[in-house]
Amino acid sequence: MSSYDAPIKELGETYLLPEGTTANDVTETIAGVTENPAPRGWWLLFLLSLSVLGVMTAALAYLFYQGVGAWGNNAPVYWAWDITNFVWWIGIGHAGTLISAILFLFRQKWRTSINRFAEAMTVFAVLCAGLFPAIHTGRPWFDYYLFPIPNQMDMWPNFKSPLMWDVFAVSTYLTISVIFWYVGLIPDFATLRDRSKNLVRKRTYGFFALGWRGAHRHWQVYERAYLIFAGISTPLVLSVHSVVSFDFATSVVPGWHTTIFPPYFVAGAVFSGFALVMTLMLICRTVFKLQNIVTIKHLDLMNKFMLGTGLLVGYAYAMEFFIAWYSANPYEQWVFLHNRLGFGILDENGNWGPLWWAYYAMVFCNVVVPQIFWFKRARTSVPIMFIASILINIGMWFERFVIIATSTYRDFLPSSWGMFHPTGIDILTYLGTFGLFFTLFLLFVRWIPMIAIAEVKGTLPGAHPDLHALEAHDETPDAAAAPVPAE
Amino acid sequence: MANATKKPALYLAEYDTPNALARAAMKVRDAGYKSWDCHTPYPMHGMDEAMGLPPTRIGFISFAFGMIGVATAVFMMQYTNAFSFDLLNIGAGYPLVVGGKPPGAFPSMVPIMFELGVLLCGFATLFGLLGIIKLPRHNHPIFESNRFEAATDDKFFISIEADDGKFDLDRTKALLESTNPTHLELIEEEVL
Repeated sequence: MSSYDAPIKELGETYLLPEGTTANDVTETIAGVTENPAPRGWWLLFLLSLSVLGVMTAALAYLFYQGVGAWGNNAPVYWAWDITNFVWWIGIGHAGTLISAILFLFRQKWRTSINRFAEAMTVFAVLCAGLFPAIHTGRPWFDYYLFPIPNQMDMWPNFKSPLMWDVFAVSTYLTISVIFWYVGLIPDFATLRDRSKNLVRKRTYGFFALGWRGAHRHWQVYERAYLIFAGISTPLVLSVHSVVSFDFATSVVPGWHTTIFPPYFVAGAVFSGFALVMTLMLICRTVFKLQNIVTIKHLDLMNKFMLGTGLLVGYAYAMEFFIAWYSANPYEQWVFLHNRLGFGILDENGNWGPLWWAYYAMVFCNVVVPQIFWFKRARTSVPIMFIASILINIGMWFERFVIIATSTYRDFLPSSWGMFHPTGIDILTYLGTFGLFFTLFLLFVRWIPMIAIAEVKGTLPGAHPDLHALEAHDETPDAAAAPVPAE
Repeated sequence: MANATKKPALYLAEYDTPNALARAAMKVRDAGYKSWDCHTPYPMHGMDEAMGLPPTRIGFISFAFGMIGVATAVFMMQYTNAFSFDLLNIGAGYPLVVGGKPPGAFPSMVPIMFELGVLLCGFATLFGLLGIIKLPRHNHPIFESNRFEAATDDKFFISIEADDGKFDLDRTKALLESTNPTHLELIEEEVL
């Protein structure tokens, strides 16, 4: 007696959650996190994040007071940490949309344990990302020039610029991610509302639950709307990082002007995003004891994704070298051999290209490290995947730094060569965004169900009626159709 | 208002298993009720058929507004970047030749056409969803039931509302009783 959602035993498939998990267990485990007192670890992390957020505020205040000269950006490296951080953060966000939208379209049910978490990460990461283009304009109070607002100067944005595409892509991405996230949350807010013991909680969650009563006539439209969101988010997420890559690819800078950039950026974005989901999920499932909802099987699948996207990224790195050689363009070849690998003629001090180490750090973290996931033992070992996911995030930051800084610091004319050194404000601004991200994230895990309660319940054994059996034998005994053996 | 008069609002039947719910839903469907619903903690597949629901049409709303978004983007970019007359009295456009492309170059406008299309489609889907299911709603008589809190946890319910043409205190009760619910109650609402 199984529904059509049952795993195919012949293929070795098993149920996602441990046998005997009931819908009530799922509710208790996930809603309990928001109802029980916060663990001490949460308070420590929250106060730490809040302090780092304060550092960011101070760094931004100094930046606005002083101007962008407070950063190390200068000729010929006009884009440096600011845009590196922008691309890095927005890439991290992409895994959330991939997990919630693309895996939904492919009917990957294991996504239900991690999608809410990853969507929240998307929203907060895109907020951190959006900060950098806004502040690197130098006079952020004029950022409204980016939008086509009628003005007495009859001055309009230049819509042929990829930077304008970026404005629209990122703001659309943030808006749609928030809507998608909220729509997914409505039934779970209703669960929290119905479990509330005090009036403040009941009113607050009731407000956000919009009066949801789980009616199937609602679920029907809701599910279709969810499918549409997944359908539009999938091309959206591909377009956003493609547009980000256009910022580089439409220029003539050697090392930027390549057609492989859109898929290369998207693969890298998914890669780094999965790594950060992994890092955060490993911490949260330990702190909040969610090992029965986010099982080793889920983590194993995520590691396979990291291995796959890591291979794509490695392919892109190799292909860049091939094209540099095949193009016969000496500037392109110079960038790859000298600026990236460090080979070529020595500079006036007899040194290799001074930023060579960034490229090797990137290749080690992004191509070598994920190879460990070929081994099942590594894919199922929490310490190994934790360290690997952190290394991958470092590597992906270096990837963006390599693309941005090491392409521009020595390009065409040796007399125009320069060097980039980050300043303290550069470093504090970047580290400070972690404060913003983690403050929001910790508030999220504390007050909002961090796992999609309703969706996880739908993956339990026997969650769906077996209509054909019911119609064939109208009097099927209920005992045989019971969803889960009672404890 | 202790003495407020009450009138029946709906019958609420509770079930423990998805199969029991689906079997009951088919009975209610076959009895010809219109204003009734199943309440489940998660979207339950197969219930469209068990309840005899027609497919939803929210996709048309999403598509229409997505196309409006694309059209808006084309108009916005052509107005501001390709023409220099003041059609809307918001200031004339500002034709720019950048990178040797003509002011109204279409290919460079594709990304923003796509983004605005997605943006409007997303908003239309959200508000279309809320409009079709008539939420947010301040209250509903179904929340009078103390047992209904389990509808967002692990129990399954069928509600038949009193405004249904076939609703009858005795016959509806008999129908629901014949489906073997674990609990059956009549919910009343106050008459204002």
